[in-house]
Amino acid sequence: MYTKKECVAMLLAGGQGSRLYTLTEKIAKPAVPFGGKYRIIDFTLSNCVNSGIDTVGVLTQYQPLVLNEYIGSGQPWDLDRTNGGAMVLPPYQGRHSDWYKGTANAIFQNMRFIDRYDPDYVLVLSGDHIYKMDYSKMLAYHKEKGADATIAVIDVPIEQASRFGIMNTEGDGKIYEFEEKPQKPKSTLASMGIYIFNKAKLFDYLIADDADPDSSKDFGKNIIPNMLRAGESMYAYPFSGYWKDVGTLQSLWEANMDLLGSNPQFDLTDRSWRIFSRNYARPPHYIGGNATVTNSIITEGCRIYGTVINSVLSKDVEVAPGAVVRDSVVMSGTVIKAGASVDYSIVDSDDVIGCGCVIGEPKTDGAKITLVGSELTLPDGLRIEPGSMINAEALAGLVKSE
Amino acid sequence: MSTAGIIFANLHDSYIPELTRQRSMGSIPFMCRYRLIDFALSNMVNSKIFNIGVIAHYNYYSLMDHIGTGKDWDLARRTGGVQILPPNVTAYAYNHELTYNTRLEALKNNIYNIDRMEDDLVLMCECDSIVNIDLRDIISRHTASGADMTIVTRRVPVTPQNAKRHIIFDSNRDGRITDIYINPTDITGNKDVSMNIIVIGRKLLGTLVHDAMTHNYTSFNRDIIGRNISNKNIMLYRWDGYYADILSFEDYFAVSMDIVSDPSHRDSLFSVKNRPIFTKVRNSPPTFYGDASEVRNSLIADGCKIEGTVENSILFRGVTVGRGAVVKNSILFQGAQVMDSAQLNCVVSDKNAVVRSRDVLSGCEIEPYYIPKGKLV
Repeated sequence: MYTKKECVAMLLAGGQGSRLYTLTEKIAKPAVPFGGKYRIIDFTLSNCVNSGIDTVGVLTQYQPLVLNEYIGSGQPWDLDRTNGGAMVLPPYQGRHSDWYKGTANAIFQNMRFIDRYDPDYVLVLSGDHIYKMDYSKMLAYHKEKGADATIAVIDVPIEQASRFGIMNTEGDGKIYEFEEKPQKPKSTLASMGIYIFNKAKLFDYLIADDADPDSSKDFGKNIIPNMLRAGESMYAYPFSGYWKDVGTLQSLWEANMDLLGSNPQFDLTDRSWRIFSRNYARPPHYIGGNATVTNSIITEGCRIYGTVINSVLSKDVEVAPGAVVRDSVVMSGTVIKAGASVDYSIVDSDDVIGCGCVIGEPKTDGAKITLVGSELTLPDGLRIEPGSMINAEALAGLVKSE
Repeated sequence: MSTAGIIFANLHDSYIPELTRQRSMGSIPFMCRYRLIDFALSNMVNSKIFNIGVIAHYNYYSLMDHIGTGKDWDLARRTGGVQILPPNVTAYAYNHELTYNTRLEALKNNIYNIDRMEDDLVLMCECDSIVNIDLRDIISRHTASGADMTIVTRRVPVTPQNAKRHIIFDSNRDGRITDIYINPTDITGNKDVSMNIIVIGRKLLGTLVHDAMTHNYTSFNRDIIGRNISNKNIMLYRWDGYYADILSFEDYFAVSMDIVSDPSHRDSLFSVKNRPIFTKVRNSPPTFYGDASEVRNSLIADGCKIEGTVENSILFRGVTVGRGAVVKNSILFQGAQVMDSAQLNCVVSDKNAVVRSRDVLSGCEIEPYYIPKGKLV
């Protein structure tokens, strides 16, 4: 019934992403909206499809509703396959199963899914980065090196290296040491959290790891160090190009801004490496008679009567006359009423920003980013201080004290 | 009561020769991202009609591409769904009936499909109607009134000048149609004119079409409605919401421009609660507005890149407007490239047209300038 696949991808999408604060209160981090029309997971899924990988297990756990609904049958990515395709893999009850206790444990509990396709290789991915990468080239490298495991790495500035898991390699790319967030990094090759394993080898280590009560069941902390210690053949695959971890508000904002400009740092219009997303039949967006829109991206369903500068707007956002949105990211369905201003902020979905509200402060050196969570109604004239993170409770406090 | 839908995709192609050279009426692009058939399909789906035949006669490649499996309208069904019905060609029969032009001839050609339908009612409509309408209300009124046929009409002021574009009905106080005037030239006053949306019992439709085949009838209005006015109970259903029909290239331009300038018309098409207009979704990135872009009163699809000025215009997917370029009162279909400093006024450019730098192109409101598909100007 199942035909063999050379490589099956396992996409770890169960994380909360707590550094995104209220943005991930109701949704998992991979489902966070990005770039007007996308969610973060679109980049990894599109990379899979563009790399010829058509079987992707998506491991969900934290707040899965939106993510499950978004992935659905996998059709937007051409992953609604009869043989293979996208498959959401939530934790389940069983004799040897439970909540996913770590990244490695999540894969361990889904070995049966992988085995259906009898793959030679397993690609392990995380759904929280913005990048375009051809995994087929990495697989070719893995095969060429005859490796047991290959880890994608990117050269980071030395001053940032201590924030990452750093791979120390020999001249031919063979990894001899792995250091998690080293104080004094010996190299600048940071792990991107993208692994290719020989399937049989991976399963051996997952089974051994599961039996170890002291393990935290994590690839970075347990599986990779254990394989290195045992002398498995492990290689670093150097990647160069745009790669952004959008795990913090600041980096999420920056990655959105990287889409702007006539020659953007990250090009969504690249026909050779399309980023697919779930599209909706919303009407075209409307730009009103007195609107000003510059250096911004805007998508279907928006109605712009005011001013939008250096910003990224998702679908169905309304900017009323006299309202100004500058240097900001506004997610779907939010209405910004007359005279309100939004500066250097991330405003989540389905908010109503009342007339004359002042959100955040103009983007200057040292300015602090402001966050307004989803489904909030801000009363007219409310001021949201720069650097605040507003969710329902914080808003209730603010309104009370006014 | 279950209702099947029949949509005529080609009937009035010849009215808009510019836009139907390589496509059917149903697949004429409209309002940035739609095609005309989206209104008919969405109205049916929103009214729980999930068994739809689209009668296509010629030029239906773009229509088939657009409809695909029907998934985007939720019509990829195991039972029913949407089916394109091309001319019924057989290798051995005398195929003179392939040359059908009218609605009745199209029905005659599809009699096999009508006969094997299992639904109680059939709702028929065309692709040149721009309307977001609740068909369920029409169907329940049809059923409650015990009518044999119900025709949707609207009241319009008719003059001898515009009467010719209408099918006009007289009716009695109960709403029963008592007379029909087909494209007349001498009628004045507020009249009920046909919107070409018709509900009829499926068995009755089969009987009438078989009868038409026997008698070699060719016109639905003249031979089916006209001949049965006194012996069948034909009722009208009056619609007073927004409606526009597109019977010429000039109509196409005028209706489009009207929807851009009148937000209430936009809302009555695209913002009706629980009645969205569906279309084939694509995968374009969002639209980028450059530093120097100046855009006013325009409807814009995704995937555009705008560095110049756009006013009172409709831009489809993937249109680029270069620096210093000015686009006014124009409709640019998918993939148009307006290069730096070009100037356009009252232009309709078909797919993938290219307007070179510093070109100045202008039509006028009653006669827009048309750039054919793929043409470099």
